[in-house]
Amino acid sequence: MEHSCPLIKNVLLLDSEGKRVAVKYFCDEWPSLASKLAFEKSIFAKTQRTNARTEAEIGMFDGYIVVYKFIADLHFYVTGGDDENELILATVLQGFFDAVSLLLRNNVDKRTVLENLDLIFLCIDEIVDGGIILETEANVIAAKVAMRGADADVPLSEQTISQALATAREHLARSLLK
Amino acid sequence: MALVQPAMKKEDDRDDEEEYSPYLGIEKGAVLQEARVFNDPHVDARKCAQVITKLLYLLNQGEIFTKVEATEVFFSVTKLFQSKDVSLRRMVYLMIKELSPSSDEVIIVTSSLMKDMNSKTDLYRANAIRVLCRITDGALLGQIERYIKQALVDKNVVVASAALVSGIHLLQSNPEIVKRWSNEVQEAVQSRSALVQFHALALLHQIRQNDRLAVSKLVTSLTRGSIRSPLAQCLLVRYTSQVIRETASGSQTGERPFYDFLEGCLRHKNDMVILEAARAITELNSVTSRELTPAITVLQLFLSSSKPVLRFAAVRTLNKVAMTHPLAVTNCNIDMESLISDQNRSIATLAITTLLKTGNESSVDRLMKQITNFMSDIADEFKIVVVEAIRSLCLKFPQKYRTLMNFLSNILREEGGFEYKKAIVDSILILIRDIPDAKDSGLSHLCEFIEDCEFSYLSTQILHFLGNEGPKTPDPSKYIRYIHNRVILENATVRASAVSALAKFGALVESLKPRILVLLRRCLYDNDDEVRDRATLYLSALEHGSQLEDKDFRADKFVFGSLDVPLANLEASLQAYVASEVRFDIHSVPKDAKAQPYAEKKAAGPKKPAKDTAMPVAANELSSSGVKSTDAYEKLLSSIPEFSTFGKLFKSSSPVELTEETEYEVNVVKHIYPGHVVLQFNCTNTIPEQLLENVHILVEIVEGDEFSEVVSKSLSSLPFNSPGQAFVAFEKPEGVYSLGKFANTMRFIVKEVDKDTGEVEDEGVEDEYQLEELEVLPSDYFLKKAVPNFKNAWENLSPEFERVDEYGLGVRENLNEAVQAVIEIFGLQPCEGTEVVPANARSHTCLLAGKFVGDISVLVRLSFGIDPQKQVAMKLSVRSEDQYVSDAIHEIISGA
Repeated sequence: MEHSCPLIKNVLLLDSEGKRVAVKYFCDEWPSLASKLAFEKSIFAKTQRTNARTEAEIGMFDGYIVVYKFIADLHFYVTGGDDENELILATVLQGFFDAVSLLLRNNVDKRTVLENLDLIFLCIDEIVDGGIILETEANVIAAKVAMRGADADVPLSEQTISQALATAREHLARSLLK
Repeated sequence: MALVQPAMKKEDDRDDEEEYSPYLGIEKGAVLQEARVFNDPHVDARKCAQVITKLLYLLNQGEIFTKVEATEVFFSVTKLFQSKDVSLRRMVYLMIKELSPSSDEVIIVTSSLMKDMNSKTDLYRANAIRVLCRITDGALLGQIERYIKQALVDKNVVVASAALVSGIHLLQSNPEIVKRWSNEVQEAVQSRSALVQFHALALLHQIRQNDRLAVSKLVTSLTRGSIRSPLAQCLLVRYTSQVIRETASGSQTGERPFYDFLEGCLRHKNDMVILEAARAITELNSVTSRELTPAITVLQLFLSSSKPVLRFAAVRTLNKVAMTHPLAVTNCNIDMESLISDQNRSIATLAITTLLKTGNESSVDRLMKQITNFMSDIADEFKIVVVEAIRSLCLKFPQKYRTLMNFLSNILREEGGFEYKKAIVDSILILIRDIPDAKDSGLSHLCEFIEDCEFSYLSTQILHFLGNEGPKTPDPSKYIRYIHNRVILENATVRASAVSALAKFGALVESLKPRILVLLRRCLYDNDDEVRDRATLYLSALEHGSQLEDKDFRADKFVFGSLDVPLANLEASLQAYVASEVRFDIHSVPKDAKAQPYAEKKAAGPKKPAKDTAMPVAANELSSSGVKSTDAYEKLLSSIPEFSTFGKLFKSSSPVELTEETEYEVNVVKHIYPGHVVLQFNCTNTIPEQLLENVHILVEIVEGDEFSEVVSKSLSSLPFNSPGQAFVAFEKPEGVYSLGKFANTMRFIVKEVDKDTGEVEDEGVEDEYQLEELEVLPSDYFLKKAVPNFKNAWENLSPEFERVDEYGLGVRENLNEAVQAVIEIFGLQPCEGTEVVPANARSHTCLLAGKFVGDISVLVRLSFGIDPQKQVAMKLSVRSEDQYVSDAIHEIISGA
């Protein structure tokens, strides 16, 4: 197992004070909210003063490899295990970074990100699935987030939905009666 | 400082900080109210998507929805499937995944998702598969299996990837089902899409990972074919090195399988693959320098890359290589030196520590100069790594102790946290212990440090050490002032240690005793109980101690307080004493050390501290834990009265396994004394239903007339999973290397244990268990001990006991094989990197150094030559402090 697939431990987007903008953890090494926040705080403190604006930077912190890149008041991080291939992590980071730039039309700052937070969440969801790298090409990620190509009208059978709702109602009733 | 400030700042900035956030003042209750719009018959897609985003925002900030809240949101979200808005649908998928509904809720969305799974829209299919597989359970999976199977080979790459990745996750929970997809997955490996190929390969390997042959076949076929995706190629490199690891153990000769493939990957156009391959090569088992060279070359190129990530990856890999093959990395030293000034401190630290590992004696001074500038602007965690590297360097080049000790004392005076200071103090203590010349200056540095030390823990540690070492120096009186200053200026904990340290000087140095007594008397008025108690105790010990009959209570013994009993036993006896009326007698405390699994302790120990530092300092951990284990053995053995007359323990071998993963695990450690050999059998009982009693090892001498058994210590009981030790000791002629072969049988009484109640049956059955044979080899009598400068050491030994002879070693594959075999026989330390034989060398000289039992230094110079017919000849010259040893070396080699 250990020498199999590259795994991403987490993807973090923090602001210039180290506060969460959007984060996603893919493993249970940080079981509680407190441990997650402590990790973010420690990573932020250790990278805050570095200049990761032109090239992605990297470091080993708390036993993890962290690659990171900053733009405006945003800090992008991707974390992997201590034996992970650094360049794979860097590729994921670059994909995330570029996809966000594409989706926000190069207006990457905290305000714009917060105003389009749905896109950011979807973006992370399209890059990593349960720790496994799903896609690293920024164009493809952005297209999938925007559901480009899905506009062709798809007829939805009302029946299925109402069936589903009926099941739901029935189920609710049953659980209430229990 | 750093910890406090951001928190304060947060408070201050809160107002203007969140001004522009669209989520200002957002609150869970209100958003849950808003979520009712999901139930509207006419779905406002935009509005609903916004509310979902808010819900996701709350979850992302760590807000927790109660079970009821989550269920309610889930049900209303499922209603949004009636909207045809694609963006909203995408958010619904995400929301369902984030809510991770329970299995009884899942059925509600199943039909909607299954419909999407068969949709004409690719992105619906892909997303629906991901969501369904995330929330599904085994039963449901059966229903949707055929759709997923289809999707695995879907012509749309997004759908195929979604199905494959879902397969990887499902393999954990439902392996039987996923394994049925093998054919489709195999087809997907041939996909033209890079990522499909990557996901398919990952899944295929995981399906087959327990079938070694299948993995090997997979690798064989793919290394010939063309994998297009760099990520997939990285996987292939990983799988290949796994196959190499599993097959190489058998065949020693010939080319390593698949090495050419790995080497070929070094020329891949993607750096990711190059790095993966280079790392795989450096991690090969017993990699040769010829195999290493191409990997080192590409890593060297990375060192001067403009990308920090590449530089980091390269220097980190080289750092690891430097632990095992320092010579291979020396070519990169120039590039490495320029990295000392790298902006990225992780890279700079890695570069420094690599240099410290590969550096030679002459470069030490220059390196230290560079490091001094560097130390001032890195964080403590990096400094600790550097300190540890310097410690190993100093042990490697003891002549350089002056420079290195000065460096350590300089940084000790600078600002730094506890962990950092502790690392420095520990290093100085180790250097003092191992390099006698460094003792004097080391102790003075420590004395100066405690004058201004803010950490009580370190002060007490140093005072304790001063008390032990100070009295043995030529001029003990100079330490008194430093110690007494602590009595005057420090807190109670440190004062108490200072009192103990003073007492030790009084006990050992007769001339200082009157003055020490004066100082101790002053301490009787201290305002702390502990300090007064210690002063009183030591005063009476020093004043009256020498007249006492019982030598255990004589001043010098008493002050040094080695109680000779394990602390755990002492604690148990004291607890019994508190409850009883009987007077406490230290002699009644059992001296048997409770079984301690040393090996486990060792394994667990060094791992932890390395976690937070930039990289593990494995080489130096290894050496220091080696020292620890000998210490531990020495303690254990000296607690056994039967062995107390054997003298000083010379060497303990590493454990040799005598069983193969059976119900009882036994390994043996050979302890060599000048005139005795003690076999320590570490036994573990792995059967929960059994308790073994009266375990003893029957050792029969198969070969070796010079051995005679003198002591056999059995183990009174061996419960499940709690290792214990039995001992057998042999007498042998003093100072000679006696070889022997022993057959071992374990005899014991088995008692049944009830697993549930833990009750043990009274009646036991006698049984025995055959163990493997054990040999005492020549190498057991030699200790590896490097000499810093072989030539000097050689000249310092008198030529009187030099013996030279020549030997033919027959036909060998290459010189390296012959050299390694001879090194193995003696078990001496190869010096100056001479154990490495350049590829295709026609001749080679190897230098060995060490000690023979009885602490007799021995140096061996081996010159090898190989002729075109592969006949190997060897000239062996030995010098030692004793003629017997010089002759022994030749006897051993001619007998081997």
